[in-house]
Amino acid sequence: MSAPASRNKLVKWIDDRLPVFTLMQHSAIDYPTPKNLNYWWNFGSLALFVMIIMILTGIFLAMNYTPHTAHAFESVERIMRDVNYGWLLRYLHMNGASMFFLVVFIHIFRGLYYGSYKNPREILWWIGLLIFFSMMATAFLGYVLPWGQMSFWGATVITNLFSAIPVVGQSIVTWLWGGFSVDNPTLNRFFALHYLLPFVMFALVFIHLWALHTVKSGNPLGIDVKGPQDTIPFHPYFTIKDLYGIGLLLIVYLYFVFYAPNFFGEPDNYIPANPMVTPPHIVPEWYFLPFYAILRAVPDKLFGVILMFASILVLFLLPWLDTSKVRSARFRPIYKQLFWLFLIDCLVLGYIGAKPPEGGYVLVGRIATIYYFAHFAFLPILGWIERPRPLPESISAPVIKGGAAKMMEKA
Amino acid sequence: MAHSATTAHGGPGPTAHGGPGEDRTRRDFLLYATSAVGVAGTALALWPFIDSMNPAADVLALSSSEVDLAPIAEGQSVTVTWRGKPVFIRHRTAEEIKAARDVNPGEMPDPQKDEDRVQKPEWLVLVGVCTHLGCIPLGQKPTDMKGQFGGWFCPCHGSHYDTSGRIRLGPAPANLAVPSYTFQSDTTIRIG
Repeated sequence: MSAPASRNKLVKWIDDRLPVFTLMQHSAIDYPTPKNLNYWWNFGSLALFVMIIMILTGIFLAMNYTPHTAHAFESVERIMRDVNYGWLLRYLHMNGASMFFLVVFIHIFRGLYYGSYKNPREILWWIGLLIFFSMMATAFLGYVLPWGQMSFWGATVITNLFSAIPVVGQSIVTWLWGGFSVDNPTLNRFFALHYLLPFVMFALVFIHLWALHTVKSGNPLGIDVKGPQDTIPFHPYFTIKDLYGIGLLLIVYLYFVFYAPNFFGEPDNYIPANPMVTPPHIVPEWYFLPFYAILRAVPDKLFGVILMFASILVLFLLPWLDTSKVRSARFRPIYKQLFWLFLIDCLVLGYIGAKPPEGGYVLVGRIATIYYFAHFAFLPILGWIERPRPLPESISAPVIKGGAAKMMEKA
Repeated sequence: MAHSATTAHGGPGPTAHGGPGEDRTRRDFLLYATSAVGVAGTALALWPFIDSMNPAADVLALSSSEVDLAPIAEGQSVTVTWRGKPVFIRHRTAEEIKAARDVNPGEMPDPQKDEDRVQKPEWLVLVGVCTHLGCIPLGQKPTDMKGQFGGWFCPCHGSHYDTSGRIRLGPAPANLAVPSYTFQSDTTIRIG
C-alpha cells in the first residue's frame, strides 16, 4: 500500500520528509470502503463540501462587512447592491447555512437508523455532535450580523436563555452582551466568534475523519468488514459517487440561491434593528425550530432551557442508551418503527416551533416533547426485549451467493 | 487512474460492451470529460469571489470630483480629494510657467514638455502622489520645502519636482501624474 506516486523523485523527496502523499494515498485513494454503502453515506462528503463553500463565501463577505451597529445593516445592503457579485456571495452563504443543516440532519438521522454511534464509533459520534453544536452556535452568531430586526431580537432571546441560570444568570448575560443590552460590543464579539468558530469546526472535522479512518466506515448491514472481499478502494468508486452527490446537491442549493434566495429567511430581517420594538412573531431559523418547540413546551423558564439543551446532550449518551448489539435498523423490527416515529416527532416539533405558542399548538408541542425524551428512555429496555432478525454472515456473502446463483440461472 | 479502475473492477462489467481496450478508451474519455468540466466549472465559480474584491459600484461612483477654481489666487495652491487621493491644483505665476518652459525636457529622467501637461498654462493639475513609493510631496503650503526646482519635494526619499510637477532629481522614476480633467467653464474643472 505504498504510494505509487513515489516513482516521481520530487514526490518521494517530499514524502520521505513529510508523508503527505502517503497520507492521501491511504485516506483518499486506498481507504478500504464497504462495498455496500448506499446514498445515505453521501451526506458526510456533502457536509464537508457545504462547509468549504461557507468558509469561502464567509471570508469574502467579511471583506465587505462592517461589524458596527451603525453600519452593519447598510454594509450588508451595500454587499447586495454595490459589491461585484456580492448578492451571489451573500445568497450562497445564507442558503448554504440551510443546506448545511439539511445535509447534517440527514447525516445524523443516517447514523440513528444504521446505529453508526455504536461500538467502536462512540468517539466518532461525539466529535460529530460537537461539530453539530459548533454549527448551531456559528449559525446563530451569523444570523445576528446583518443587524436586522430578527438578528437583534434573536440575539436578545437566545442570550437571555442564560439568564435562566440561578444566581449568576444575569451576570453571565451581561458578560455575553458586554453591556446591559444587545448592542455594539455584542455585535463586535459575535462577528469575531462567527469568524473563529468555523475554523474550530474545520479542526473538528479533521478529528472526525481521523476517528472515522481509524474505526472505518459503517455500512447499511451494520456488520463488521470481514476482509478485503467486503471492501472496494475509496478512489475511484466513492470519489465519483461523492462527486455525483455534490452535483445533485448543487441543483437543489443553487435553485434556492437563484430562484428563491429568501425562501428560508424572515422578511422582518430586512428591517434595521430597532431596540425599542419587538416584531410580533419571533421565529428562529427553520433548523432551530424543533429545539425552540421544546423550549416553549415547558412552562418553567429554567426547566425549559435545561430541557432544550438536554435534547441535544442526550445524543451524547446514545451509545450507552441503546443496549442492542445490532447496529442496523434493518435487522431490528421494533427499533425500525421507533426510528420513523422519532423522525416524525422531530418534524412535528419543527412544525410546532414555527407556530405561535397558543391553543392546541401548546398541547401538541408538549406531547411531542415528552415523546422525544420517551424515545431515548425506552431504548435501553428495547435492547433487551427486541428479537433482532438474523444478520448476514458477511457484506459480500449474500451478494456473491445470491448474485452467483442468479447468474447461473440466466446462463 | 483509469487503468486501475479497469483492473480493480471485479465481475463481468468491463467486458460487457466490447473488449477491454475499447472499455479503457471509454473510461479515459469519461475521466477527461469529468475533469475538464470540473476544472472549468471551478474556474468559473472562482470568478465571482475574485471580482468581489474589485472596486464596488459605490466606489466607482465616487470617481469624479468637481472643483471651483475661482477662489484660488495666482501663486496659490489647493489640495482636493479625488478617488481617495490628493490632487494638487496650482494657479501658477508667470515666473513659474516660464521656469517650467525654459528648460530642455531632454535632460530630465521622464522627458515631457510643460505644454503637454496643462490645458491652460496658469492651471496645473496633478495627482499629489510621489511616483517613487506613494508619499505625498511637500510644496502646497507657502511654508513648505519646495525642493531645488521650486515645485514639490518628497520628504520620504528626497525626490525634487519642478513647477510642472516633473521629476528632476531623486529616486522617483516618473513625473507626477496628470489626471484626466475637463474645464466645465472658465473657472470649474471636473476631475475624472
